[in-house]
Amino acid sequence: MITPWLERLLYLVAAVLFIIGIKRLQSPETARGGNQLSAVGMLLAILVTLSSRAIVSYGTIAAGLVVGSALGLWMAKSVKMTSMPQMVALLNGFGGGASLLVAMVEFLHLRDTGLKATLDVAITTQFGVFIGAVTLTGSIIAFLKLQEMLSGRPITFPAQKTVNALLFLAILVLGAWIVIVPGVPVAAFLALVALALVLGVMLVIPIGGADMPVVISLLNSYSGIAAAMTGFVIRNEVLIISGALVGSSGIILSQIMCKAMNRSLANVLFGAFGATVASSAKSSAGLTVNTTSVEDAAVQLAYAQLVIVVPGYGLAVAQAQHQVRELMELIEKQGGVVKFAIHPVAGRMPGHMNVLLAEANIPYDKLFDMDDINGDFERADVALVIGANDVVNPAARSDPGSPIYGMPILNADHAKRIIVLKRGMSAGFAGIENELFYDSKTQMLFGDAKGSLTKLVAEIKQV
Amino acid sequence: MSEALIGGIVVFVLATYLGASLIGRVPSTLHTPLMSGANAVSGITIVGALLVAGAGFGWLSSALGFVATVFAMMNVVGGYAVTDRMLQMFRKSEKPVEGNK
Repeated sequence: MITPWLERLLYLVAAVLFIIGIKRLQSPETARGGNQLSAVGMLLAILVTLSSRAIVSYGTIAAGLVVGSALGLWMAKSVKMTSMPQMVALLNGFGGGASLLVAMVEFLHLRDTGLKATLDVAITTQFGVFIGAVTLTGSIIAFLKLQEMLSGRPITFPAQKTVNALLFLAILVLGAWIVIVPGVPVAAFLALVALALVLGVMLVIPIGGADMPVVISLLNSYSGIAAAMTGFVIRNEVLIISGALVGSSGIILSQIMCKAMNRSLANVLFGAFGATVASSAKSSAGLTVNTTSVEDAAVQLAYAQLVIVVPGYGLAVAQAQHQVRELMELIEKQGGVVKFAIHPVAGRMPGHMNVLLAEANIPYDKLFDMDDINGDFERADVALVIGANDVVNPAARSDPGSPIYGMPILNADHAKRIIVLKRGMSAGFAGIENELFYDSKTQMLFGDAKGSLTKLVAEIKQV
Repeated sequence: MSEALIGGIVVFVLATYLGASLIGRVPSTLHTPLMSGANAVSGITIVGALLVAGAGFGWLSSALGFVATVFAMMNVVGGYAVTDRMLQMFRKSEKPVEGNK
């Protein structure tokens, strides 16, 4: 048993450890230690809670801790790096679900014991239940979409926004009723929970495909806010601090993603992007593409002084990261420099492509942000575009009629030569023709990315 | 409005600003580990889960508390472990990369 003041102090230490942990994420060199420090903070918070005098029985707790830890560890060990967005979505959901359950139990307990909840506890409980429930079901839908167990396309139906607005209004009315009128039937509270769960589903189903990174970031933020609300309910500052930290993290990442797509958050959430058909995408009729052979491409890469690789999600789908690393090592052996240009939306979540390349042992100091590398393309002998499309489409700069107009892109077209590895001439995710492929400096190498890269590597070895 | 609520709101607002200034400086190459790590931090709701699971409020509360503990613990352990797994993959070049400007 520890005294309440010591308890609060130790919780504060835990919160400070979380803060230092996030601060150490500012450099890849200190990041791992930072994460471990943060984990120590969490362990401390758990130990302090376990020694609290409010806890009278340990059986349920022990079972929960063991089961949860085992499942969490198993997920963390077995997940593929390409499936990281699903994993994060699922974890967000669990966090939200836990916050929801805690708020529910607190509310039901206060009710059962006949204690009248003070106004602020009543209000924060409703908030906690609401945001926890939305996070839970919203994350499950996001998971199902990313796992392709549900269609990745936006799911829309007539009067969708009206239905959502009515749902929201109903939740608001129920919440106000529960807060203001004492002794409201439990059914009203359970109805609020149910409606919030439905709202979580409704908010995520109309969002699809390329917008999922924003959704994951946002749900991350919600799970933090849900934890903070739980902090208000059980009056514990460490939950409020940690929840707020995570809440702001998710919001910032959502903004970065939106900026990278030149869209507003409101447009992502309510715009149902994929549902609109591109209105004035330029036709490719009458244009020709230059194709190239493996031999020719290999010679160009082998004698290039600066090669900038533009990886897209197609690279990860083909599981060709290791072949890219081999190619990089060969070009370096020939005396060339290889850099990687990473567009913020290159992967399926913020920073995803960097993790996929790190997994293939590509050093992180060769990976460059869009702003840092765009000036280098002019000096590049070859821009090697692998499985990327919309992020190198010059129409984003020049064609006001294009759906991606205004989106910041990588200046691959400024390179002296562009080699594009592509399966075929299909349009990109947004369904838009890419002028870059018809550029006279561009050479297309058709085929599966992994196969083409393997052949390129074999060929360069002979140069 | 009670003192506790106002105090909580003050803490919440300040921590939000602190978080924003810290996270703005995380390089984009670490954004995925940042998300999974932040995710683990939001598992702090485990504190609430433990309190309701062990408070002896009756079988229903214990059952819900059990589920909450499992959820929060998956969030905590899964989040930290997978973040660690990712971060250990990040390595620097043996030779320094030629400066770009």
